[in-house]
Amino acid sequence: MCCKNLKEEVELTKEQYLIIDEILNKYQDPEGNLISILQNIQNELNYIPKAVISYISKKTKIYESKIFGVVTFYSQFRMAPIGENLIMLCQGTACHVNGSEKIGETIKECLNIDVGETTDDNLFTYTNVACLGCCSLAPVMMIGDKTYGNLTNEKVIEIIKTIQEKN
Amino acid sequence: MKIKVGASSCGIAAGADRLIEILESDYSNISTEITGCIGLCYLEPIVDIYDEDNNLFRHVKVTPDDLKEIIENPKSKKTLIKKEDEDILNRQTRIVTENYGYINPEKMEDYLNTGGYKAIGKCVKNLTPKDIIEEMKIAGLRGRGGAGFPTWFKWNAALNSKNEKKYIVCNADEGDPGAFMDRSVLEGDPHRLIEGMMIAGYAIEADEGIVYVRAEYPLAIKRLQKAINDARNYGILGNNIFGIEGYNFDIKIKAGAGAFVCGEETALIASLEGERGMPRLKPPFPAQKGYLGLPTNINNVETLANVPWIINHGASKFASFGTATSKGTKLFALTGKVKKGGLVEIPMGMALREVIFELGGGIKNELEFKGVQMGGPSGGCLSKEMLDLPIDYESITKTGAIIGSGGMVVMDETNCMVNMAKFFLEFTCDESCGKCTYCRVGNKRMLEILKRITEGKGKLSDLELLEELAIKVKEGSLCGLGQTAPNPILTTLKYFKDEYLEHIEQKKCVSGTCKDLIHYIINPEKCVGCTLCSRVCPVDAIDGKVKEAHFINDDLCIKCGKCYDTCKFDAIYID
Repeated sequence: MCCKNLKEEVELTKEQYLIIDEILNKYQDPEGNLISILQNIQNELNYIPKAVISYISKKTKIYESKIFGVVTFYSQFRMAPIGENLIMLCQGTACHVNGSEKIGETIKECLNIDVGETTDDNLFTYTNVACLGCCSLAPVMMIGDKTYGNLTNEKVIEIIKTIQEKN
Repeated sequence: MKIKVGASSCGIAAGADRLIEILESDYSNISTEITGCIGLCYLEPIVDIYDEDNNLFRHVKVTPDDLKEIIENPKSKKTLIKKEDEDILNRQTRIVTENYGYINPEKMEDYLNTGGYKAIGKCVKNLTPKDIIEEMKIAGLRGRGGAGFPTWFKWNAALNSKNEKKYIVCNADEGDPGAFMDRSVLEGDPHRLIEGMMIAGYAIEADEGIVYVRAEYPLAIKRLQKAINDARNYGILGNNIFGIEGYNFDIKIKAGAGAFVCGEETALIASLEGERGMPRLKPPFPAQKGYLGLPTNINNVETLANVPWIINHGASKFASFGTATSKGTKLFALTGKVKKGGLVEIPMGMALREVIFELGGGIKNELEFKGVQMGGPSGGCLSKEMLDLPIDYESITKTGAIIGSGGMVVMDETNCMVNMAKFFLEFTCDESCGKCTYCRVGNKRMLEILKRITEGKGKLSDLELLEELAIKVKEGSLCGLGQTAPNPILTTLKYFKDEYLEHIEQKKCVSGTCKDLIHYIINPEKCVGCTLCSRVCPVDAIDGKVKEAHFINDDLCIKCGKCYDTCKFDAIYID
């Protein structure tokens, strides 16, 4: 996804190995469940560090190239950590015709980051997503699990400020 | 008194979660239930109050401050739904959405009370798989995911494909941007989908179902998982269902990981198997060789959600809705520049005009209707000349668009059709799996041409080139994604050629969308010199003294539009 942010290879901690082992043990057929395994690992570790790919390969005998292929094929997987709040701005058709591009500009300006980047304080990561399916409230974004609709530039700035103030 | 709050993703985003919190803490003596989206998304959050005599008072756009008043006086006019909005519901035909607004999607007994799971009971007791397939044939049910393939035909192929183990897969990877029909079923009536899958499973003799849901729908996954768990606990899913020895059926959910191409059957199967979602050549069809190499039948959510109704009410009743070749109803996500955006379920054959101008209330801000986009990235843009077309598979396909999964995005005069084509092509370029050269490279080249045109660098010969490439990409791609990717270009070229010509010959974008072709100008007669615009301009392109007319230096201007949005005197216009 965002190669710019690809950090140097990080060593995994003991706890992280334990978490991965636990996830792998849940599946009898790791190859058939590779996507679910990676989803679980990303949920726990926030991203898929490169070291995880080698480790899964070692444990399951699935080729590293195949795991890497799956990780890079699906947009959900990321190989760099994200900030505490993931802003997903919808770029669906309804949002597009209702001005989501401008909202994106406002987010970038407000946080001083580009698409796919994380703020220095690690509070926000900004990404664009295909469609969140809340088209009648376009333009829409999600931060974490919460959906915000009928966005305007002012509203976006306010939402970001509220989260910043909480921290 | 009873209260029901619309709590699908759209309702929650509009503030329904806060209302539920307040109702549960401050009004714990009143029974509060959640319910699915009734489709009037532009009026969310919606609160239904039933008085002691079970009379319904529907309140819309309810804020936390309104709650006290409407509970004390349910007839309170302030937020009570207007007659014209109620009419939008009354004009629809509700089959798939019949329970929205009534049942709590998280409570199985609510579904059972509506006669839920009676259809599957009837099937296993009185009907053979062949009988059920015959019913689907009489009903004329066709796939609601996009292709419109007859459901009975697919089921029949899967039934005839003999094997001890077979699968029924539900495609809930609703990837079309601008579509949320399947989400509404998963969030609003998940047991209906389970029952539909059970009937399909029984008809093809499969004992296992898999629902492939996109990861962007966390609430849908949560509600469906709860429904599956409840059905298992109730003994409706599992082994020896209804006490019938050897009648087994179970369902599991697989979450997608974000790839549009996985909506294609063979790519979806690859993804279920843990692979990159790359389509493969057919035949063999999934009915012969599908998931794990076993016979598999794949249907879309809305298709399966129609099935219990057909069994309960009879195939001929279903076939009485719609046209000669397109039977039943279809859900549409009506969005974009319509006043009353939301989810509508209409009988096939209704005219586009009726949907957009009557159910959708016409165009926002009294602007001119320009076009409607149907079928997402695989579909096309239709112009106002086509407003009287009936919505059925054949009529829409003839135009070059498709009914698709049901996204209907309305555009007004401020939307640029060249930009729309570019928007969809950017999407397909991103989502192309890269297997076929024409799709991988051809779409990129077409995108470059469109970019050129929107930047004012297009040539007339580009249009011929676009058309030639578009046809080659259609012919040279293996799966539906590539074969339909050029549709947005071909339809805009066909119905909005003038706009392409304006961009190329006059270097103009009349809608004011394409940045490189527009100029922001201050009308000195309207400008009062408030200086607001010059203060918001990020590149200091606006000059002028206080209380004197300002002007924009076009060479410096980056066309961000901030001044235009800020001006309180409408003194700035786009040329």
